[in-house]
Amino acid sequence: MDIVNLTIDNKPVVVKSGTTILEAASGVGMHIPTLCHMKLEDLNIENKPGGCRICVVEVEGRRNLAPACCTDVSEGMKINTHSMRVINARRTVMELILSDHPFDCLICAKSGNCDLQDMAHNLGIREIHYKGEQSTYREDTSPAIIREVDKCIMCRRCETMCNEVQTVGVLSAINRGFESVVSPAFEMNLDHSVCTYCGQCVAVCPTGALTEVDETGKVIRALSDPTKTVIVQTAPAVRAALGEEFGMEAGSLVTGKLVAALRRLGFDHVFDTDFAADLTIMEEGTELLNRLGKHLAGDKEVKLPILTSCCPAWVKFFEHQFPEMKDIPSTARSPQQMFGAIAKTYFADQLGIKREDMVVVSIMPCVAKKYECGRDEFKTNDNPDVDHALTTRELAALIKLSNIDFTALPNEDFDNPLGESTGAGVIFGTTGGVIEAAVRTAYEVHTKKELPKLDFEELRGMEGIREATIDFDGLPIKIGIAHGLGNARKLLEDIQAGKSEFHAIEIMSCPGGCIGGGGQPYHHGDAGILKKRQAALYTEDKNKTLRKSHENPHIIELYEKFLGEPMSEKAHHLLHTEYFDRT
Amino acid sequence: MPKIKLAENTVQLIKDICKEFENKESELINVLHQVQSKLGYLPAEVQEVIAKELKTSVAKVYGVVTFYSFFTMIPQGENPISICMGTACYVRGAEQVLNEFKRQLKVEVGESTEDGKFSINCLRCVGACGLAPVVTVGEKVYGRVAPTDVKKIIAEYKNH
Repeated sequence: MDIVNLTIDNKPVVVKSGTTILEAASGVGMHIPTLCHMKLEDLNIENKPGGCRICVVEVEGRRNLAPACCTDVSEGMKINTHSMRVINARRTVMELILSDHPFDCLICAKSGNCDLQDMAHNLGIREIHYKGEQSTYREDTSPAIIREVDKCIMCRRCETMCNEVQTVGVLSAINRGFESVVSPAFEMNLDHSVCTYCGQCVAVCPTGALTEVDETGKVIRALSDPTKTVIVQTAPAVRAALGEEFGMEAGSLVTGKLVAALRRLGFDHVFDTDFAADLTIMEEGTELLNRLGKHLAGDKEVKLPILTSCCPAWVKFFEHQFPEMKDIPSTARSPQQMFGAIAKTYFADQLGIKREDMVVVSIMPCVAKKYECGRDEFKTNDNPDVDHALTTRELAALIKLSNIDFTALPNEDFDNPLGESTGAGVIFGTTGGVIEAAVRTAYEVHTKKELPKLDFEELRGMEGIREATIDFDGLPIKIGIAHGLGNARKLLEDIQAGKSEFHAIEIMSCPGGCIGGGGQPYHHGDAGILKKRQAALYTEDKNKTLRKSHENPHIIELYEKFLGEPMSEKAHHLLHTEYFDRT
Repeated sequence: MPKIKLAENTVQLIKDICKEFENKESELINVLHQVQSKLGYLPAEVQEVIAKELKTSVAKVYGVVTFYSFFTMIPQGENPISICMGTACYVRGAEQVLNEFKRQLKVEVGESTEDGKFSINCLRCVGACGLAPVVTVGEKVYGRVAPTDVKKIIAEYKNH
């Protein structure tokens, strides 16, 4: 290994060759500001176009300033990260960027969470010396994501996520110079493109150019309508991240406070999507065992591997990109949609109200859920099973708007019957969690034996693609896991080529799974936050008395009283779905 | 954007060109050059075929097409007229020449005449600054063009 000696701000530094100035400086506590550069450690995600020029530093003996993010260190280098020349250059660059940026910070959805705003503040910009024309572009609103391209600074982070990480290929820089914008092909709207609404572009956008569709207004209206019974469900990953919006440490579990806040907001019943996750396991697990049973009996027609279908962005991805494989994923609806379907039938019946008088709101770490709940197949007489999906961030906004002191809230419990869940439901929020939950149930149903140990460490982690073989009492079950759609694509191409040996594959669109969803509090490039959220979910699982979906008493009751058994006709009607060729 | 359906043999032509460049994404610009030289322009449907063949996204292809002013998504006239707007040509009156072409043909820059005979485009420096202002029609280069020459140049192609 080659070693390089250099000095940064007069401090001697020793690093491996091939290290960038940015990395070397951060190793000695000098955090050079960056705008376009973003690196998510351990997830193999890096955006390094060297375009914004905010990270320039002075290198002794070099004529011009060097961009720290894409200049490697060399032996004997003497670097100054904050000389007057550097500061002047950074300020000039920032003023030039701001000279073509709308000055509507006070009313921007990103205000307070904007990297550009923070950077301008840190650089002490008090005046823009460059007056001139500003580039303008139409706003593009889709069911889930809004593009306000006027606010784009061409950092290309969204492009990296959309093309390299997700391999969706919707966003690209187009045109030239002052006219250049990031756009779908032929400047079509997102709605007409193959966008999956995964929201990873939103998750990394340093400004307000990409944000989610704000539906808090609709929820406030529903809550103020005395004729409506408004019920809420919260996805597993929300409880591991919401606290961050209120200054709490990343990875803080705020399940109890979350319930308390929702109750104070005025929801009539506070339920848990984890309940529906348990229900998903009953259906998806049964489907897996059915397909497996047929396969073992020599049925050549049966489709294996079975792919999970909880993630709406993943569903839209294969509908656009692999429509010929649409009979491979499980037909089980996502937990959000299972919850909505049960709420507006089983639970509405219990309350003795019509589905039209019930409003189902879901709190999701996801922006694609907004699109999912609007899909036609999830409506009855034009009334959707889930009316509104809010992101974790929107819920935080709603809590702040309602003068609730979140950190001071007591811990409260979910309501019954749709609030009871097991540890298996909780881990749905992280990569590897859905398949682990499925294994816990499928193993016991198949072998009729109790699992000696519930923690499947071999299924956990942050590797983009993971595989493991689980011994089902003599029957080896091969499991694949992918998070990030680019990784999912690799596994799909293997299936297409007939090279896949998996029996079941779990796919989540977002890096890290739902904990890294496009609707979560912004991570600002710190992948450590995702790991802490992941750890929090495993802790919650561990602390649960019940950790297997099939042991959830309210799930058992739901089948006894209403659904019959998994994959019954009624279950099929309410809990399963079909997929469409969208090419 | 109205959809046009590409003829079988056009699709085949594009596929053949992509194949010439081993369907490599890195050859995108060369592929676009070749295809445009054969078809005259690069409509959306053509870009879609190219993206598929080179296993890249349509957005990427469109990004490249809109970045380079040489590529066009608008059908060119039979006789594409280009007026150089490079510094030398500009200071020697290229704009007046351009305006005269626009006036006589009744089209704007980037458009084609109704009969499809002519289209007007601007370009930046053809490397013949000594001849400024320079106009090209197809492959033919005209030097030291004055607005009064425009009528004569157009007439040369009128009855082709």
